[in-house]
This record gives sequence, C-alpha cells and structure tokens, in this order.
Amino acid sequence: MFVRLVYESFRRQKRRKLLAGAAITLGVTVATAMIAVATDVGDKINRELRTIGANLIVTPQEDSLDVEIGGVNLTPPTDGAFLNEADLPKIKGMYWRNNILGFAPMLPANVALQHGGEAQDTTLLGTYFARQVSFGKESFVTGVRTTHPWWKVLGAWPDDNSRDVLLGQRLATRLGNKPGDEIMISGRRVRVSGILSTGGSEDEQIVAPLALAQEILGRPGAVRRMYVSALTKPEDAFARRDPKSMSGKVYDRWYCSPYPQSIAYQLQEAIPHSHAEQIRQVAQNEGAVLTRIEGLIFLITLAALLASALAVSAAMATAIFERRAEVGLMKALGAGKLAVASVFFAEAAMPALLGGLVGFVAGGLLARQIGQSIFNSQIAIQPVLLPVILMIAVLVTFSGSAVAIRRAVGLDPVFALRGEL
Amino acid sequence: VSVPTPYVARDLAASRGNVPHPSMFVRMLVRAAVLRRGRATSALLAMVVAAAVATAMLNLYVDVQAKLRREFRNYGANIIVAGKNGAALPADTFARVSSLLARRGLAAPFALVVARTNEGQPLIVAGADFDRVRQLDRWWLVSNWPSAPREALVGVRALSVVSPKKQPFDLSFQGHTIHLTPAGTLRTGAAEDSRVFLSLPDFVSWTGVRPSTIEVAANGSPEEVAAIMSQLEQALPSADVRPVRQIMEGEARVFGKTRSTLLAATALIILTAALCVLSTLTGWVFDRRRDFAIMKALGASGRLLNSFFAAEAVALGATGALIGFVLGIGIAAWIGRVNFHAPVVPRFSVLPIVLAGSMLVTLLSAILPISLLRRVQPAVILRGE
Repeated sequence: MFVRLVYESFRRQKRRKLLAGAAITLGVTVATAMIAVATDVGDKINRELRTIGANLIVTPQEDSLDVEIGGVNLTPPTDGAFLNEADLPKIKGMYWRNNILGFAPMLPANVALQHGGEAQDTTLLGTYFARQVSFGKESFVTGVRTTHPWWKVLGAWPDDNSRDVLLGQRLATRLGNKPGDEIMISGRRVRVSGILSTGGSEDEQIVAPLALAQEILGRPGAVRRMYVSALTKPEDAFARRDPKSMSGKVYDRWYCSPYPQSIAYQLQEAIPHSHAEQIRQVAQNEGAVLTRIEGLIFLITLAALLASALAVSAAMATAIFERRAEVGLMKALGAGKLAVASVFFAEAAMPALLGGLVGFVAGGLLARQIGQSIFNSQIAIQPVLLPVILMIAVLVTFSGSAVAIRRAVGLDPVFALRGEL
Repeated sequence: VSVPTPYVARDLAASRGNVPHPSMFVRMLVRAAVLRRGRATSALLAMVVAAAVATAMLNLYVDVQAKLRREFRNYGANIIVAGKNGAALPADTFARVSSLLARRGLAAPFALVVARTNEGQPLIVAGADFDRVRQLDRWWLVSNWPSAPREALVGVRALSVVSPKKQPFDLSFQGHTIHLTPAGTLRTGAAEDSRVFLSLPDFVSWTGVRPSTIEVAANGSPEEVAAIMSQLEQALPSADVRPVRQIMEGEARVFGKTRSTLLAATALIILTAALCVLSTLTGWVFDRRRDFAIMKALGASGRLLNSFFAAEAVALGATGALIGFVLGIGIAAWIGRVNFHAPVVPRFSVLPIVLAGSMLVTLLSAILPISLLRRVQPAVILRGE
C-alpha cells in the first residue's frame, strides 16, 4: 500500500514532481559548482600570484655582499662563492618538486662594452631564458620567461645555446641600438636579438645566456644566485618554528607542508653548499592575499549553499501544501502521523537523489566552464564528492520538507477536505 | 479558522462596477495577507532571504575590490621616481611628490652611496625615512627600528661584514667617517639584506648626497595609478617616473581573476535566489485561484484583477526587499569583519537595484499564474477541478 501510494503519486503528478526535481537540480548544480570553485580557487590564484615573480632565492652559503647600484655591479668579479650549475636540476628531486613552477639562475659579470671607439663598463647578466633541463628521466623547461613573466622583449628572445643577447631598454636607447645589431662585449662580437624592458635595474644591463657569462668570467658551471618560483601555503605560526627544535612527528608534518620556510629548507638540502631564503616582499604578501581570497570565496560558497537550500525547501513546501486534501483523506481513513510523514519523505527522497545526480553532473560542467573562461584551466570536480553532494541534497530536501510535512501532519482532516486552509 | 468569502462577497457587491473603492482595494490587500498568514509569511520569507543574499553579494562585489586593492598595496611601491641617469633629485622633489599625492598614496625617499668599512670592503649604505618605510615596506622583518641619531639598521648579510658581534662600527665615504651603532637587523631576502640603512638627516650630514629615488605606493585602480603617474611626470620634468611593472601586472592579473570569480558566484547566487522566489510566489498565487474565481464570478474586471494581484506582488516585493536589504548589509558587514578585518561600508546605491529586481521578480511570479487562470471559467475553479 505504501509503495503504491508513492508510485501513484509520481505517476499522476508528473508536472509537480518535475518542478520539485528541477528546483533540487538547480540548487545542487549551483552548490556543486561553487564547492568545486572554492576547493580549487586557492591553487588557481596561487598560480596567478606567481606572475609577481619568484618567491625564493638560493645563494651560496658563504656569500659575499651584493654591491650593485643603478644596474652597475661593483662586486669584484672573482669575489665570493658560487653555486654549481650542475646541481640545479636536483631541485626536481626534492619532496615538493611538483610545487616548483620554475627557476632561473643568475650570474652577473662586469664587461666592457665597446661603443663608438670607447669602452663602457656595464653588467652582463647570464641566465636561462627557456632552457630544456633534465633530471633523471624527467625533462622540463625553465628560465626567466617562467619566473619573471613581466619581462618584455622587443624583437626575439635569444636561444639558450646561442651567443645572442638582450639589451636593456635604457642602455639601448643611450647607445642607439636596435634588435639585429651586433655589439662588442669584452672583445667578443655578439648579436642583439631583442631589447628588454623590465622596469627594474635590468633596463641598464645586458642579459645573455648563462654559458656566455660563464665564459666571460672564465668560470664554467658557476651561478651566483638562483630565483625559484614555488607554489606555497600561507605561512602561520607553525611555519615559523625552527625545524631543529622539532621532534620527529612534528618535523615530518612541517617538512611535508609547502610553507615557504620548508621549501627553502628542502632547497638547501637539495643543492650543496647553498642558502635558500624567501623573498619576503613576494612570499609574505602572497600569503595574505591568498588567505583573503580563499576566505572570501569560502564565505560566498556558504551563501550559495544557503540560497540553494532555500530554493529546494521552497519548492518542496509548495508541493506538499498543494496536497493537503490528500492528507485530509488519508487521515480521515485512519492513517497515523507517522504513515503520512513517511509517504512524503519517501516521495521527497526520489527527486532529491535524481536531482542530486543530475545537479552534480551539471555543476561539474558549470565549474569547468568557469575554470575555462576565468582561469584558462580546468576546474575538476572530484568524484569522491558525489556521495557527499547526494547526502547534502537529500538532507536539504528533507529539512526543507520537514516544516511543510509537520504542518500537513497536523492538519484537521475536516478543514483540509473542505479546502478551508 | 475564519472564512474570507463572506467579506469579499459583501463588499464587492456594494461597490460593483469597474472603479474599485480605494479603501476596499486596500482592505482586500491587507485581508489577503492577514487571513493567510502562514502562506504570506513563507512567501515574504523567501523574498527577504533572496533580497538579503542579493544585497550582500552586490555590496561585497563593490566593496571587496577596494579591500583587495588595499591588500595589494602591501606589496609596496608601484611607481618609482628616480633622478635621470642616477643623479640626485632636486631638493624640493619629495615635497612636490607628497603634495601631489595628498591622500592618494604613500611615498618614501631613498638615497644610496657606496661606502667602505675599516677593512676597505665596499658596501652600499642607504639613507631612508624610517617612519615612512615602516608603512610602505611592511614585509621588512626588523628586529628593532633605529630611533636615536647615529643608529643604523643593518641587513643580515651586511651584519657579518660590518659588525659581527653587534659592536659599533665606522663607515667612510670620500674621506668622511661616521661612527654608527647597530640598532637592529633587517631581513627581506632581497638586495636590502646586504645594505646598511641610516636615517636621512644622518645620511645627508655625513655624505652630502641627496635622495636619488622616491618609492611611491599609489592607491586605486589601474586608471587612477596611471593618472597619478602622468601627473608626477608633468610635475617633475627632471626625473624618471616609471611603474614597477612586476607589481602592477601581477596585481592586475590576480585582481581581474578574483573579480571574475566573484561576479560568476554573484550571478549564480542571485539567479538561484530569484528562481526560488519565483517558484514560491507562483505557488502562492496559484493557490488563491478560488479568490480569483470568486472575484471574477462577482463581476470584477480583468483590469481590476490584474491590478489587485500586481499591487499585492509589488507590496510583497518592496517589503521583502527592504527587510532583506537591512539583513544583507548586516551579512556583508559580517563577512568584511571576518575576512578582511575591516567593515564593509553599506552601499545605498545597491538599494534601488535590489528593490527594482525584487518587484520585477514578484510581478513576474504573479503574472504567470494569472495569465494561466484567466482562460479558465470561474465555475471550473470553484468546483475544484
């Protein structure tokens, strides 16, 4: 009898049930899409924040002071220690290797630039532009084009294996050089492939492939410092603790969290005789901005869940209210409160599950669309979330129906049947 | 339980005709709300929640942009004013920059020289206005800011060169020597770590070199920052004014993406809320088909019926929107406090939008069922078919 009641209600009230189902589907779609966006937005914004530049710097352990003023390097060229270029790819062997988006080694060298018969002292900066580096079986491309995305080149980027250079914008204006010109640097003839504009001290310098700078310095394999761009987690009190003072378990937890500090620590482990540190201007503010945006999207997701719960419960309430005559009849025939309530709950469960399923798929598509159009990358919804979403859908539908069902159960059959409520 | 039908019947009979008595019209509206309290309340509730959510989202959408811009200003300067080819800036430059900026940003002057330690090691020494630097470069990790004259702030890498035991040290520049006490250490992870910072008065009296760089953190949207830049360029023909592209471009990207996400979320939420109101109200009006049928049977014109249900919808929409607006402002303020630790200012410009939107949705949800019912004979409705 119970089954027949529920079955007949679906058969006869197709339009009503469809409407309730549509409301649930819509609610679940919005909820799923927002949950997917909220869980992924941190990672997406983190990647966008990386456009501000590298957040970690690796220097030799025994480093001399940087004496660079207005783009001119005053450090004696042979002074101080160097990192070994061959050690750099080892970064990709560390625990958080997948969080390392790119790195760029730097080697400044003082050069004499021949111009119009006289020599001018300038700094030549050797680096990777977009160089193919391999570690083990893995191969990846890294360089300033990843770590310094605001660098703009008029002309072409030089090839990392060539002897082409970039000329800083202000230097080029002063010398009157254009892309394609040839210049003499410390007795070597090189081609200017492009004019570099950064807004920083590089505008006064020459930027060349790392190998050329090493050759000029006469130090093969030498690197002065390295910029690393890594995805990190906002720093908290735990992140700032000294790893040496930690016990085994706490240390493991610290080591396996992508804090700027723990990634710097692992960089130091990976590269011999190095010192790694966060660039505080980038790393500190990144954490603050990221926390704010994540918090905002989280709170908005709560609002979206509230709105969709409301939509579902409003639809359910209307559906049940319209059937008060039926409730009156059931009660007049002797049905108890429990029987009436269980019929309605059973009827609510069906559209909730079906709407939840359809809404989950639609929400996944919607999230994908949002990811594609805003971030140009996928926002994937985890299939693990399906049971959770379904449970939420049923729960919200039930709680939305609860008030209406309680009122329906409490109806006086006489008034209900006369249609006076 | 009271039965509305007799009232409606008697009063309608008294004022039969196409021109409704104003007080009768109002009474019908009020009665409809009072007698079906439960249903009217649930419809109003849906309206209130929808309006509250919409208000909160619109308010946040406008305000969060200003809040995020402020977060980004913690990245420090976005404009650099420098002397052409490394020359010092004219003496009045900083005063002109400050007065031009007024309250639209912060500026801090810096002067740089290469000095030598007693051992002859070259070292960059900078003169800075510490009070301004503290506000501008918030990421500087400083153990103790200098306060007395001849106190220096020493970068962590410079420390091992000039004062490994934190003892007082001497620096010389073009034959002039200055005796300094390290007040604290500075850590930034960048070039500042290898420098020694002095207060500007100490620096100028020692070296005689005036500031060559002014870092400016200009507030506002990219257009406002560009306007400040061009004003600076015009006011300071002898200086280079250039943007810090790294900061500006990063900010623009992150900001744009966040705003788009926020917009998408706002649109989704408002759409859901509007559909929820639509479905609730449609059900409500449809439920009152008996009232409709009786009024029609007693000879009410189509125009009267339309205006009756429209007035009802507008009243409901307006009431719901007003209550929801107040609630929504509260929600937005709460989110602002929790997430940004700063209140979200109520935007009253949102009110007309919410009000108009609410009334539009309620009107729409009244028109749909009415246009369906109009085609049906009153007798069919009254017989309950």
